[in-house]
Amino acid sequence: MPQPIRLKDHEKDARLVRSRVIVGAISILLLTCVLVARQYYLQVIQYEYHSTLAENNRIHVQPIPPTRGLIFDRNGVVIADNRPSFSLTVTRERAGDWQQVLDVIVEVLGLTQEDRALFEKRMRQGRRPFEPVPILFELTEEQIARIAVNQFRLPGVEVVARLVRHYPLKEHFAHSVGYVGRINEQELKQLDPVNYAGTHHIGKTGVERFYEDQLHGKVGYEEVETNARGRVLRVLNRTDPIPGDDLVLTLDVRLQEAAEQALGGRRGAVVALDPKTGEVLAMVSQPSFDPNLFVTGISFKDYGELRDSIDRPLFNRVLRGLYPPGSTVKPMVAVAGLDAGVVTPTTRVFDPGYYQLPNYDHKYRNWNRSGDGWVNLELALARSNDTYFYDLAHKMGIDRLHSYMSRFGFGQRVALDMFEESAGLMPSREWKRARYRQAWYPGETLILGIGQGYMQATPLQLAQATALVANRGKWIRPRLAKSIGGRPPVDPNPMPDIQLRDERFWDHARNGMEQVVHGARGTARKVGDTAVYRIAGKSGTAQVVAIKQGEKYDRNKLQERHRDHALFVAFAPADDPQIAVAVMVENGESGSGVAAPVVKQVMDAWLLDEQGQLKAEFRPAQPLSNATSASR
Amino acid sequence: MNSNFDRTLSNEDVLRRRSSLLQRLHIDGVLLLLLLVLAAGSLFVLYSASGRNWDLLIKQATSFAIGLAGMIVIAQFEPRFLARWVPVGYLIGVGLLVVVDVMGHNAMGATRWINIPGVIRFQPAEFMKILMPATIAWYLAKRSLPPRLKHVAVSLGLILVPFVLVVRQPDLGTALLILASGMFVLFIAGLQWRWIIGAAAAVVPVAVGMWFFVMHEYQKQRVLTFLDPESDPLGSGWNIIQSKAAIGSGGVFGKGWLLGTQSHLDFLPESHTDFIIAVLGEEFGLVGICLLLLMYLLLIGRGLVITVQAQTLFGKLLAGALTMTFFVYVFVNIGMVSGLLPVVGVPLPFISYGGTHLVTLLSGFGLLMAIHTHRKWIAQV
Repeated sequence: MPQPIRLKDHEKDARLVRSRVIVGAISILLLTCVLVARQYYLQVIQYEYHSTLAENNRIHVQPIPPTRGLIFDRNGVVIADNRPSFSLTVTRERAGDWQQVLDVIVEVLGLTQEDRALFEKRMRQGRRPFEPVPILFELTEEQIARIAVNQFRLPGVEVVARLVRHYPLKEHFAHSVGYVGRINEQELKQLDPVNYAGTHHIGKTGVERFYEDQLHGKVGYEEVETNARGRVLRVLNRTDPIPGDDLVLTLDVRLQEAAEQALGGRRGAVVALDPKTGEVLAMVSQPSFDPNLFVTGISFKDYGELRDSIDRPLFNRVLRGLYPPGSTVKPMVAVAGLDAGVVTPTTRVFDPGYYQLPNYDHKYRNWNRSGDGWVNLELALARSNDTYFYDLAHKMGIDRLHSYMSRFGFGQRVALDMFEESAGLMPSREWKRARYRQAWYPGETLILGIGQGYMQATPLQLAQATALVANRGKWIRPRLAKSIGGRPPVDPNPMPDIQLRDERFWDHARNGMEQVVHGARGTARKVGDTAVYRIAGKSGTAQVVAIKQGEKYDRNKLQERHRDHALFVAFAPADDPQIAVAVMVENGESGSGVAAPVVKQVMDAWLLDEQGQLKAEFRPAQPLSNATSASR
Repeated sequence: MNSNFDRTLSNEDVLRRRSSLLQRLHIDGVLLLLLLVLAAGSLFVLYSASGRNWDLLIKQATSFAIGLAGMIVIAQFEPRFLARWVPVGYLIGVGLLVVVDVMGHNAMGATRWINIPGVIRFQPAEFMKILMPATIAWYLAKRSLPPRLKHVAVSLGLILVPFVLVVRQPDLGTALLILASGMFVLFIAGLQWRWIIGAAAAVVPVAVGMWFFVMHEYQKQRVLTFLDPESDPLGSGWNIIQSKAAIGSGGVFGKGWLLGTQSHLDFLPESHTDFIIAVLGEEFGLVGICLLLLMYLLLIGRGLVITVQAQTLFGKLLAGALTMTFFVYVFVNIGMVSGLLPVVGVPLPFISYGGTHLVTLLSGFGLLMAIHTHRKWIAQV
């Protein structure tokens, strides 16, 4: 039922609307005048300015890429710098028929059709209108000259000098520093298009990737006026780019080279840490590769060789190599056992050469088949006695073992600033249920006690766990950056320190480790004989293929690549640790025989001076009388 | 006072109107003439702006034809009949916007389209441009004017729901047009000045407070770039620098049709859509832009006359809001291309290439015609 029309209201409404329409009409007229005034300003008052810009043509906004931050080692040696490099660019809008221009380039420089196909691909990746697309890098003097002579046939083609990343130390730091490479399509979608407008390279791996934001800097730009051929006539306006921050690494070039020499061309990994500061002093993954290849675009052939090589040079063994840590975890397991109260420093276990779970037939072998007799904790470490640790792990149970090992960093990423670090694996009941839908078996706990079974760790995790023993449980994440832009890196997610019931538990584990190297029955006593300082270490062996029950490891039966990996972790000097080292030698078989000498060489390079004496800064502070008598 | 009531008594008047063919087709001659002139001019400019692209031109002409047909169809409906269906349309429109919102999130990206392949593909936000003022007009027409606080609050709620949904798409330009169209109804309905001024006065301290206490540095940066695009010459500032150079180099009389250099050398991005006024300014100069503005003013003037002459309150409110929103299109587009306003995606009405905005705009003019040609004459009742 419609309401009856109320004439009076209707009149009033009409008047109200009419008044509002008048206000609206006046506003519209005024605003239109604003528009006209603006056009008048642009087209009449500023006419000269704009028409000059448009006539002489053409304003461009050119991005100026920032200079990438340099990378130094801890002593200021340059590891990554920027080198001028000449590249050939084509601006599609100015080239006219750019396909034909490419033909001319190929003809002038005497290149192949394959190169031409690559050029074409690069041309199609061009981004904004009038942006010169680089198609050929690292031009030689001769190529530059040939282009210059034929310039009249090459509209829109320019030779441009650019700063390009260069790694003077080549393969020494390929795995830690990483490299930059050309921005690919996928990265392009995720990048800030403005800040990367003039940038063609981006950090792909290593610290180059991790600190990309700081190393890159902020783009600048200039508004330039060009003539019809695209030559810049004058710069109208310029905003300078802000260069990227310089990065000082914790790595030491000399120690790095010493570590590589110590590894002696074998495949493997070396990590050296300063346990007090978490600084990574050396990080070797061998074999390595020349990162410079990747900067200007690696050829398919070279890349294929690197990728398919059986030695896997591209594989970062320190961060991504996963190995059963073997006996190297025994010091941490010992600390866990003491703190959990399942053993005391004086607890003794009789080793007949094997361990049996009650009511099971299966014999868990000690590596020494004849057995070590009665062993206590420190002797068990020195002898790397498996039976003792089977027993300890059995008493402890998987849950507590998992909890303690996790606190040492196993099964999680430990590094502060390393790209693509592997988390490794520290198994637990929950993990096995989720992964295999199976219950946890007691036997699996036993072999975890000697670092076998499901457990997997990276060399970096081993070095860090060792550094934790050296540092009495104080956590500090391993880091590659000493400072970035003058500021030390900040740990956004620090790990909690490991607090034990009794601080002296650390000493028992450390004494055991010292006995490994310096004890009469220590597994690595050969290394200890020649050391001028005390080393605390632990050997280990990582199985590559499983050995069946009742079978013996026979090196002659195994192919070289199936032989065990040799592991050794250590810190020194034992009473005042300055360096913690983890070494993995692929298929090296003997931790104490092959890996331990490598560790010692690395330590010598760090701790000793030219005379073969402990460097002054690492000597313990001695009473004044002793010091004076020594000087006489 | 010469009210509508007096004039409706004149039989002569009625007879004269009845005799017109256009009147029988419910078409307003003035509007139709202006629209046809604009359409012809649009094709001229577009031919140049698109780089003599005939396909584009034919598509645009087709859109015009479809839009004009739609306009004439809409003009046949009684506004009272339309008013009855407005709330239903509003609910459907909001529903579709929600669907778009949900789909957009599932597709992990923004979408503005409802797309049933092979059947139909459209942007619900476009419908909202018409439905929004109609809904508020329908709501307020039943109340006494000026609207009371409660009714204002309800109206604001009705406006904000689709506004927020469209902002989330994200399509700031369309959202602003929807917001403006709803607000204009309130304005025409006589929203008290003290509330308008009070609201405007409240915006300033809130904005200042947000700036200093709530917003992060990067958000401030974004706002600054939005307000001053030329501070970002690699991003949206590029368009503005180029479009200003194009317009400015046109001078008073322009460089002549098809002779603009900026627009033809690809310096001007979007030259045939949102930035087409730069082509017009370059090729036809200040004179061309003033002529275009004059056409717009005539259209708007006719719309305001229709508003005043409308007999129902619904008709008045709707016609006024549609006309004023039309001006917002013009002002925001030209203001943004000539560097007065931030860059938001608003087309230049009837000139920019694109079928959707044409159909929407012409539907709006269809409503104006319906409002004007379906007036009831007491002599007939």
